[in-house]
Amino acid sequence: MTIPAPATATAVPSVDRVIIRFAGDSGDGVQTIGDQLGLTSAVAGNDIATLPDFPAEIRAPAGTIYGVSGFQMQFASTATLTAGDAPDVLVVFNPAALKKNIADLPKGGTIIADSSGFVPRNLEMVGYTANPLNDGSLAGFQVHQVDFTGLTVAALKPLGIVGSAASRCANFFALGLTYWLYSRPLDATITFINDKFKNKPEVITANLTALKAGWHYGETTEAFQARVQVPRDESVKPGTYRSVNGNQALSMGLVTAAHKAGRELFFSGYPITPASDILQQLSGLRALGVKTLQAEDEIAAIGAALGASYAGSIGVTASAGPGLDLKSEFLGLAVAVELPLVVINVQRGGPSTGLPTKMEQADLLHALFSRHGESPIPVIAARSPADAFECAIEAVRIAVRTRTPVILLCDGNIAFGSEPWRIPDPASFAPIDCNFHTDPATFQPFQRDEKYLARPWAIPGTPGLEHRIGGLEKANITGHISYDPDNHQLMTDLRAAKVERIADSYPATEVTGDASGDVLAISWGSPYGPVLTAVRHLRAGGAKVSHVQLRHLNPLPKDLGEIIGRFTRVLIPENNCGQLSKLVRAKYLVDAVGFNQVRGLPFKVADIEQAIRNLLPTPIAKGT
Amino acid sequence: MSDRKALTRKDFISGQDVRWCPSCGDYAILSVVQGLLPEIGVDKEKIVFVSGIGCSSRFPFYVNTFGFHTLHGRAPTVATGIKLANPELDLWLVTGDGDGFSIGGNHMIHLLRRNPGIKVLLLNNRIYGLTKGQYSPTSPAGLKTKSSPGGSLDHPVNPCSLALGAEATFIARSTDKDLKHLAATLRVAAAHKGTSFVEILQNCVIYNDGTWDEVYAKEKREEAQLLVEHGKPLRFGKDKAKGIRQKGFGFEIVVLGENGVTEGDLVVHDQSINDPAYHVLLSRLGCDSEGPMAMGVLRQVARAPYEVQLDASIAEAKAKRPNAGLADLYRDFGKAPMWTV
Repeated sequence: MTIPAPATATAVPSVDRVIIRFAGDSGDGVQTIGDQLGLTSAVAGNDIATLPDFPAEIRAPAGTIYGVSGFQMQFASTATLTAGDAPDVLVVFNPAALKKNIADLPKGGTIIADSSGFVPRNLEMVGYTANPLNDGSLAGFQVHQVDFTGLTVAALKPLGIVGSAASRCANFFALGLTYWLYSRPLDATITFINDKFKNKPEVITANLTALKAGWHYGETTEAFQARVQVPRDESVKPGTYRSVNGNQALSMGLVTAAHKAGRELFFSGYPITPASDILQQLSGLRALGVKTLQAEDEIAAIGAALGASYAGSIGVTASAGPGLDLKSEFLGLAVAVELPLVVINVQRGGPSTGLPTKMEQADLLHALFSRHGESPIPVIAARSPADAFECAIEAVRIAVRTRTPVILLCDGNIAFGSEPWRIPDPASFAPIDCNFHTDPATFQPFQRDEKYLARPWAIPGTPGLEHRIGGLEKANITGHISYDPDNHQLMTDLRAAKVERIADSYPATEVTGDASGDVLAISWGSPYGPVLTAVRHLRAGGAKVSHVQLRHLNPLPKDLGEIIGRFTRVLIPENNCGQLSKLVRAKYLVDAVGFNQVRGLPFKVADIEQAIRNLLPTPIAKGT
Repeated sequence: MSDRKALTRKDFISGQDVRWCPSCGDYAILSVVQGLLPEIGVDKEKIVFVSGIGCSSRFPFYVNTFGFHTLHGRAPTVATGIKLANPELDLWLVTGDGDGFSIGGNHMIHLLRRNPGIKVLLLNNRIYGLTKGQYSPTSPAGLKTKSSPGGSLDHPVNPCSLALGAEATFIARSTDKDLKHLAATLRVAAAHKGTSFVEILQNCVIYNDGTWDEVYAKEKREEAQLLVEHGKPLRFGKDKAKGIRQKGFGFEIVVLGENGVTEGDLVVHDQSINDPAYHVLLSRLGCDSEGPMAMGVLRQVARAPYEVQLDASIAEAKAKRPNAGLADLYRDFGKAPMWTV
């Protein structure tokens, strides 16, 4: 079989962006084909952003609503920061997937449905009394019924591949059809299939045949009029790229930081969604000197990391909110003993077990305040998958320089979402100076340096530096146990001042848009994409709105108050009930307005635009 | 050990005021440890004492080595991290019955099964001392304390039996009374490769005074203690006149010379059997079953310490990919495809 050369694509009309969502049973391979379309689009020069959406259950009963797994992505010929508000095209493998997702598809949108999944049993299971593909209830949408499974089975039968070996390739048939629809080459996916199943030649044959059959189906039937192409994004900076998700970026950032510090990375974790990937990924990097420990629980994970830091390694642990609850105790000890430690919280919906696989950013106040006593900890937050790489390095740098635990906030959206990442030159990152103390003559365990107020890092094995540390209050300089009232006041003040000083090393806060105006939108974490996109849209329509993204949540940048003062109104969109809003209102005594959603999903750009519009002095035309 | 001036007991006294109650059993244990450290052949700066919270956990403050007074029950986690990060360090973990077997029970189990090179000293006084006298997980049922005025309802945990359940590779028992025996036991513990667990019966003079008198009071100890030695028959009592014989799946106490019992009928102590069944019977004697309490090294088996296995796996991975570096990592990690713009 050969695939027509992309020359045919030149006749295809261009659009600047496409948003597509795949949805099916957890076992339908939806995530796999989503990843493949993302990769192929990136290779074709588009900017992409993806949003996987899968259930917490591993294989929920087939055909149920709660077993539906989804994958939305946007690929565009201009910079794209989100997976898109609503899909243009919805590809569904069964009635449950249609029922769960149809409300998100705007009228006029395209539905491509695997007709083989719309059998009476599946329809009844989700409460359809008639087949919605035929009963007129989808009027206003462009509905295409394609028998993914039947056509796949038919294509594979001549090769002697039958039964489930054939039918489970239906996802690649759907992907092939999608590639035809968007004039995408098959090369990257062909390489993927050959590599992934390299020891199973019959599986390679089956999947490649299904993929090509899907393409040919698009080419030979006249059912699809809506074929389009998305030209390359010419603004993309030259370089070698790969796709990266947030958890991968964190792992690579941690390894980079440890190398830059010239120390071993010691990572201990306990399996928890959505952070388990980091433990898994790092456990495979022994060749780079990475030591990992799968601890018996969340407490042990941070305890071992702190022990490793004490011994001179770069100690790191990662978890989600439920794990951070358990780590609070050790975070307090890390504050007291003033040792470097990085704690990553890949946030998910709460409270309690909450929504394990859904995003939320409701752990900011937890990160700042969930310890007894006065125990300040620096907090930073990643805004996107690629940004997580730099944040991991930044977290280690702060932890080592200031001798402090650092909490790095991420979320499920960043952890599982992926974007193109321009592969950096390892030499471009500055070294991290551990500055171990070695001289017994000048050693006092709690003698601070003048610039950062950091105490010496005096690791066991250093002759003459034998000393004792612990959670009891220590006398300034000597570190001996002290219950003296004046000393406790002094040490409390010093610990606070030490963290405040971290802000001295921040670069000037970047304001996107004008330096002053009607509305300043401030975001942190993954709302970066939708908020910045909304601000760009409104600015294109003349609105005097600007944007600030905060990487450092504690301490906040020193220039933030002055920036806020140059705007009439302040809007803070967050996927929580108003946590940064509280901090900003308290610190700057400004009437910051929150825009808050906790739906387990990222913001829609349109919703942010409306929230900004509500604060603008004169109405701005919708849709600018 | 490097070629330096020989260390003495004095080198291991930190100079901090020792704040235990007068006559506390901890003093004797501290003194034995300080006396032992110069003999173990480790440079002072490579020795680290780690503890949790409680009276016994103040131990590191009094030893002039590196010391880390951590959190209640959590010392095993910190000690594990230290040992894995730097296997050259000599780790000592000092804990108590509440710290090690109540709030830290889970960590203790996992420390023992992983078997990193850490010496665990459990100072068991069967009471919460620092919180001023509540019953602990090792308190005998019925013990009247501030939090059990009608007598404790809790069935106690036997630390050595629990350690056996976790298949610890070294398990020993001694007391704060027989310091020669304690020193000898700790010397063997210090040389063990892996986690060595030593339960030390210790008196709390304030809240549980005399708790171990039934075991080690001068007039009782011959009958109440069974000093075990590898390869020797299990004999105890005045003139070692009594012994332990196997009966069914358990033990029975016999008197040599009575009913034709000879030394050849007695169980011969074997600390090296991998299957812990025999050691469990031994650990229960005098606690959960009738008889004298076994003292000395109950069990010592060989299993590669965790840090040795971890380092070996790293060496193996590095040998396979000797030039692995960041540039490769960025390209290969997660097998994500690349493209050039």
